[in-house]
Amino acid sequence: MPGIVTFAEHRDGKLRRPSLEAVSEARRLSASLEGPVTAVLVGPGVEGLAAELASYGADKVHVFDDPALGAYATEPYARALAQVVAEAKPKAVLVPYTAMGKDLAPRAAARLGAGLVSDCVSFAVKDGRLEARRPMYAGKAYATVRWEGDPQMATLRPNVFPLEKADASRKAEVTKGQVDTSARAKVTAVHAAAAGKVELSEAQIIVSGGRGLKGPENFHLIQGLADALGAAVGASRAVVDAGWVDHQLQVGQTGKTVSPTLYVACGISGAIQHLAGMSTSKVIVAINKDPDAPIFKVASYGLVGDVFEILPKLTEAAKAYFAAKH
Amino acid sequence: MKIVVCVKQVPDTETRIRIADGKVVESDVNWIVSPYDEFALEEALKIKEKKGGEVVLLSLGPERVVSALRSGLAMGADSAVHLKDPKFDAADTLGIAHALAAAVKTLSPDLVLAGQQGVGGDNSQIPGMLAEILDWPQVTVAVKVEVEDGKAVVEREIEGAHETWETTLPAVVSAQKGLNEPRYASLKGIMAAKKKMIETKDAAALALPAEALSPKTRIVAMEQPAARGAVKMIEGDPETQSRELLRLLHEEAKVI
Repeated sequence: MPGIVTFAEHRDGKLRRPSLEAVSEARRLSASLEGPVTAVLVGPGVEGLAAELASYGADKVHVFDDPALGAYATEPYARALAQVVAEAKPKAVLVPYTAMGKDLAPRAAARLGAGLVSDCVSFAVKDGRLEARRPMYAGKAYATVRWEGDPQMATLRPNVFPLEKADASRKAEVTKGQVDTSARAKVTAVHAAAAGKVELSEAQIIVSGGRGLKGPENFHLIQGLADALGAAVGASRAVVDAGWVDHQLQVGQTGKTVSPTLYVACGISGAIQHLAGMSTSKVIVAINKDPDAPIFKVASYGLVGDVFEILPKLTEAAKAYFAAKH
Repeated sequence: MKIVVCVKQVPDTETRIRIADGKVVESDVNWIVSPYDEFALEEALKIKEKKGGEVVLLSLGPERVVSALRSGLAMGADSAVHLKDPKFDAADTLGIAHALAAAVKTLSPDLVLAGQQGVGGDNSQIPGMLAEILDWPQVTVAVKVEVEDGKAVVEREIEGAHETWETTLPAVVSAQKGLNEPRYASLKGIMAAKKKMIETKDAAALALPAEALSPKTRIVAMEQPAARGAVKMIEGDPETQSRELLRLLHEEAKVI
């Protein structure tokens, strides 16, 4: 019974959405790869999350419940994942491409001697083998990748794989494991960003600003529209390098790669390295005064005009729209 | 303090990527040092300025990689090791990590710094794999690094927060944008770089078994991204444009 193993990440007592996306994709792939879907859950007191993993498609949940595993640490978490994979001998291992998954998966892969394909955006099964599609050169090219041998290990770009419909009647078999919890690198403090702020890489809607805003003093227009839409704020490399906003907001090749359902680019010309970070967004709106700006080539909807005139009107209209909706 | 900095030569981020026969056409490409590796090198040079010691560059790739090593030497690294062998050509990330690990072992540094990802391949795998193969701790995506006796305190970025990590040394630390501002090579640095040593090693010199290099993943096809549908332009004054956009996002695109 080889099946598929997924890694389930949680924070503040809740499963993170990319983990549910990974379980959902494993469920869909299990139709052709055969065998059970096993989710690995690490941390103290997390057994209660197994039911939710089951509702999205996990047949088994392997829990490492230990007070020493409260904070994420690469070494014991990688050991735990590798241990389950070594025992279950799955055909595939799916890990979300989040900060944690990005840190954990390569270490676990090297431990297992497994091939790892990063940041996958789709899978197919051909002749019983997995085939992954992933962007390279920041989206300027797409590679189709295959594995030699098992397990076929992959990380999944968040916000790309749809969730299965949760079915609360589905149950999973819960097993418990133990692992050496020692770590030479450990978290000693966490500095959380301001509460209520929407994280860029997980946001469903992003409003981004570029050089067309003319100066940092005008960036409140981006924030205003983002607030009205319940969106996260992003920025182009030009304005990050100019010091208007923190680099954490940068979308593009040397910044974050995002895949929201709606991306609103305001005063962003659409340099190739910016497009690289957002071109897998489902719907792209471009607002720019230059009708020849390259951003319009990737946009779904284009508004040619002055951001200083359009943004206040659009913010007002968005507020009215949401007020009418609720 | 001895620091090894892993450097990857990558296509310039502004390079147009052309694909023929399922491969990137290399003759079109302008090669640079991966920007994240420049943050790693800058940090290594800053640590050396404070603590003394030695900075050694390590890169794997064909002959062209020498120019990336020269530019790193011009920034201030002391020497370089170039892993070059046709046997590396088919290696995937795990194979490359094995080769780098073998070289790191012979150098026995206190710290390995590398970019958190190589621009282009965008795998973000080498630092973690290298650390596991060496059986060293790792801290990835670092935006701040302080080295104290036998340990490093590293701030790393996660979604919506920063974490402070403490690690014993030796360790592998990967660099994120925001860590520092890489210096430009001075003319004096460029001249000095010409005299610095680049040692070349092949798979045999690293005593790498063929198994370590056999790829576990293989790119079977590469293509340009599919073009997105045509843009729908929304005309009118700003107020009309705004209302029409919201209507389309709701009724047609169904995203709000």
